[in-house]
Amino acid sequence: MKIETVEKLLDLKARKQQVALVTDLASGAQDLFTETHHAPALNLSPAAAEQVALAIREDRNAEIALDGRKCFVQVHNPPPRLIIIGAVHISQALAPMAAIAGYAVTVVDPRRTFATEDRFPGVTLSGAWPDEAMEKLAPDVRTAVVTLTHDPKLDDPALTAALRSPAFYIGALGSKKTHGARLGRLTRAGFTEADLARIHGPAGLDIGAKSPAEIAVSVLAQLTAARRNRQSQRPPG
Amino acid sequence: MTEEQEVLEAAALWRREGKGVALATVTATWGSSPRPTGSQLVVSTDGKMLGSVSGGCIEGAVFKEAQEVIADGKPRLLDFGITNEQAWEVGLACGGKLQVFLERVD
Repeated sequence: MKIETVEKLLDLKARKQQVALVTDLASGAQDLFTETHHAPALNLSPAAAEQVALAIREDRNAEIALDGRKCFVQVHNPPPRLIIIGAVHISQALAPMAAIAGYAVTVVDPRRTFATEDRFPGVTLSGAWPDEAMEKLAPDVRTAVVTLTHDPKLDDPALTAALRSPAFYIGALGSKKTHGARLGRLTRAGFTEADLARIHGPAGLDIGAKSPAEIAVSVLAQLTAARRNRQSQRPPG
Repeated sequence: MTEEQEVLEAAALWRREGKGVALATVTATWGSSPRPTGSQLVVSTDGKMLGSVSGGCIEGAVFKEAQEVIADGKPRLLDFGITNEQAWEVGLACGGKLQVFLERVD
């Protein structure tokens, strides 16, 4: 690979652009593929360009035969995002764990004493109210949203915004009773049963988690399963 | 910074420092392979290594091959097809198979 290609790729990644590196595995010829720049060095046919565009949309690295040539398409999409509502104890564990797992994490909490740099070193914090924060963050198909405050004033507006977005994972912490009450409120707010089925509540896989760090593991495990298209199963009980 | 970025940053930095640099990318896997497709390892002629293409099992072999790629500039597609019997010898104890594309950073 030419160093210019490496640097161009790093620049596009820094600007959060969707880009793929396409390599002809036999000759080593390669070029970058973006929405406007279809790897011209490889002279792709429109059909081959569409195959690359599909891999980018599906966020999938793959060996693909492009115009009869064995090529490798390496997708460099911006990191998936995790929006955590509530700068609480569990968030202090979940934010760094999710960052290690590759998520760009934002913690939202308008309560000044909670969302502090001291408690969340190096984490992106938003002191806005959840409805405003969610509007600004605009969750997309590569975004997960988890509410952890237990406070309907904070959790409900975030869940409302999440349900109106295509977020790939929505989780809400709270006991079964809390969650039941929450579903009641959201139903009265006009959401259907199918809408509410998108919420993982209580959030997290049932691994018997007790400590904040363990609960963070269970939530991260569940959203990993959602991202990798597995049915995350909650054993009965 | 993600691991993906770290590897590419290192590739650019080491090359700009004038070292010989090669980049290895997992292009296909079969069976229980420890790192997913797209995982990368960057190596330099002065013995530096960052990232991974397996769980540490074939990095040594890739490193050795990388020195040849840096020398002749020809990209290579390497197959690590490992049966369970061979697994201990080559190092992929899991018995997985993978293909690695190895190229020089020019």
